[in-house]
Amino acid sequence: MAKMTMVQALNLALRQEMENDDSVVVLGEDVGVDGGVFRVTDGLINQFGDQRVLDTPLAESGIVGMSIGMAAYGLKPVCEIQFSGFAYQNFHQIENHAARLRWRSQGRYHVPMVLRTPYGGGVRALEHHSESREAFWAHIPGIKMVIPSGPRNARALLMSAIRDPDPVVFYEAKALYRAFREEVPEEEETMPIGEPQIVKEGKDLTIISYGAMMRPTLEAATELKEKNGVEAEVIDLLTISPLNEKILVESVKKTGRAIVIHEAPRSFGPGAEIVSRLMEKAFYYLEVPIERVTGYDIVIPLFSREKAYLPNAQRILRSARRTLAN
Amino acid sequence: MPRKKINISDKVEHLAILNEKGDLDKKLEPEIVDDLLLKLHRTMFLARKFDERLLSLQRQGRIGTFPPISGQEAAHLGAVAVLRPTDWMVPAFRETAAEIWRGRSLESIIIYNNGFNEGVDIPEDRYDFPISVPVGSQVLHAVGLGWAAKYRQKDDVAMTFFGDGATSEGDFHEGMNFAAVFQAPVVFICQNNHWAISIPLSKQTRSKTLAQKAVAYGMPGIQVDGNDILAVFAAAQEAVDRARSGGGPTFIECVTYRLMMHTTADDPKRYRTDKEVERWKNRDPLPRFQKYLVGKGLLTEGTMAEIESEVLQEIQEAVDRAEAQIKTLGNPLDMFEHAYADMPPYLEEQKKEFERELAEINKEGNHG
Ligand SMILES: Cc1ncc(C[n+]2csc(CCOP(=O)(O)OP(=O)(O)O)c2C)c(N)n1
Ligand SMILES: [Mg+2]
Repeated sequence: MAKMTMVQALNLALRQEMENDDSVVVLGEDVGVDGGVFRVTDGLINQFGDQRVLDTPLAESGIVGMSIGMAAYGLKPVCEIQFSGFAYQNFHQIENHAARLRWRSQGRYHVPMVLRTPYGGGVRALEHHSESREAFWAHIPGIKMVIPSGPRNARALLMSAIRDPDPVVFYEAKALYRAFREEVPEEEETMPIGEPQIVKEGKDLTIISYGAMMRPTLEAATELKEKNGVEAEVIDLLTISPLNEKILVESVKKTGRAIVIHEAPRSFGPGAEIVSRLMEKAFYYLEVPIERVTGYDIVIPLFSREKAYLPNAQRILRSARRTLAN
Repeated sequence: MPRKKINISDKVEHLAILNEKGDLDKKLEPEIVDDLLLKLHRTMFLARKFDERLLSLQRQGRIGTFPPISGQEAAHLGAVAVLRPTDWMVPAFRETAAEIWRGRSLESIIIYNNGFNEGVDIPEDRYDFPISVPVGSQVLHAVGLGWAAKYRQKDDVAMTFFGDGATSEGDFHEGMNFAAVFQAPVVFICQNNHWAISIPLSKQTRSKTLAQKAVAYGMPGIQVDGNDILAVFAAAQEAVDRARSGGGPTFIECVTYRLMMHTTADDPKRYRTDKEVERWKNRDPLPRFQKYLVGKGLLTEGTMAEIESEVLQEIQEAVDRAEAQIKTLGNPLDMFEHAYADMPPYLEEQKKEFERELAEINKEGNHG
């Protein structure tokens, strides 16, 4: 086992899947010679050559549209969109084609592609480089939407995403790329898509979170324990869609209290769907309304104010304490 | 029914007026009054020195990531210099000299690069768009602006800027086609600086020139030496005159070079050689223009030294003003501004919620 950053772990997943399967092809802007602007694809072009690692012209719709064709032919394209803020240029290819080719061709074709893209705030980036718009993709029937929260699960989920027969949009939190290291086994490791994980067991309160928000969430949970003696159960969603609410429901049946955390804007965000599922399936177990700790319904401000916008451990703590007080 | 050549009469021209050494092709010299020449030189020089200062501020952590322009000043400054104040400029993000020419203050640029939206400071008497980061997306806005001016029977022109990489985006092609179909008064300025981050022009397109793309859309296209401010000025003048008089859009490819990194987050050593950069340093637009002005008797070593000290002082004062102003900014509640014309009730609630959060933070701060 080696200690790796998330960038290194993602690189490992790509390298291993490319070694395992010559139908895996990487494409995107600056992914070859430059190794990707965050270096996730570093060294791949040297190992696999420029027919398997394609530096494309600057066109996101081109990258994704071409990936759909490659996938229908039987390849497994893993395309990188340099920042999720530029994935709207390829939105229609995902919505109109990647998500529906299976359905439109009566099951004859399918699109086993992965769209990897960095998302989220917290790294003092330029405008359009800090948004968290997972709800857009999660809203599309036929698309799987995955967001890892650390090096080890990023590696395992990316391997699973590449092997998945359906198109996966894979969000990578920029704020986590180099934030910390984790033991990542050299031998292959996958993780099922569509299974949230309990990362900390507890009986008093359920906290549902994912991606970059896992760190402040866990920080808050630790403080709740230390300062208030409260045992929070922390769930890492990992897959936003298809949302599997089973362990969320079980947890809430046990705790009777829940809060949901995301950095995406609140209205129509993933939290809205999560809360609905809990209302449908655990309503009679709830002691108090479920709070959401989220980004506000505004454009994430330029970097001087992004900290004020992003949920942090203190905001999560205050919400948890309100929820516990009733 | 023979198979025969279609005669496409449009030809793509290349225009250069000053050569690499700054020698003039007298026949092509545009008529520019002395005052304007000197003002262009001063702005070009200021923009270069400002770029250098921004880089050092960035390295000291006093501003965030930014895209340097050094080497490309002629390509964008020469073009906006032919606009009227009431024309529209629709920039990408590598046109700082043009923004300065149009009246944007140096301190606003520093404030913006410090992550404050207050740094978007459009001068009241100008009609310019803020910089546009999503590559190529702004091109279509210029078409809409131009068409709207035509609809209102005004002779305003819209000039838009973008890079070589942007010519691969769908928005660029849609913009070119719309402008031609609607004969909108638009001037497309492509700063072909040979690189789109790590992707060289040769991997961006198999076209021999970018200018020839105009032919496909049925509009005039011209390639100019983008490091020759006279050539850029002359081509832009022709294009703006045509647009203003109802002759429709023009595409101008300015061949230039990005001497610095893509942005301060980029390491160009990973993808290009120092030798290539050195070759282009020999074609630096600034000394070329200076040689021309010296030859015309408009500039001497003495006046150049004077301009340098003036410009450096102007920059220093802007840095001081910006850093002072930044201390007065930063009320996080301001982030709720400008979301809608009227704040919807639920957002109002969120703002109140955030105000309570701030109060809690202050309280906690006092305890700690
Ligand atoms: C739609 C979109 N895709 C990707 C990016 C990331 N990106 C920023 S600049 C750039 C290269 C732009 O190249 P070019 O158009 O030649 O302009 P230059 O940077 O050379 O001035 C890329 C890929 C972006 N900002 N917008
Ligand atoms: Mg370029």
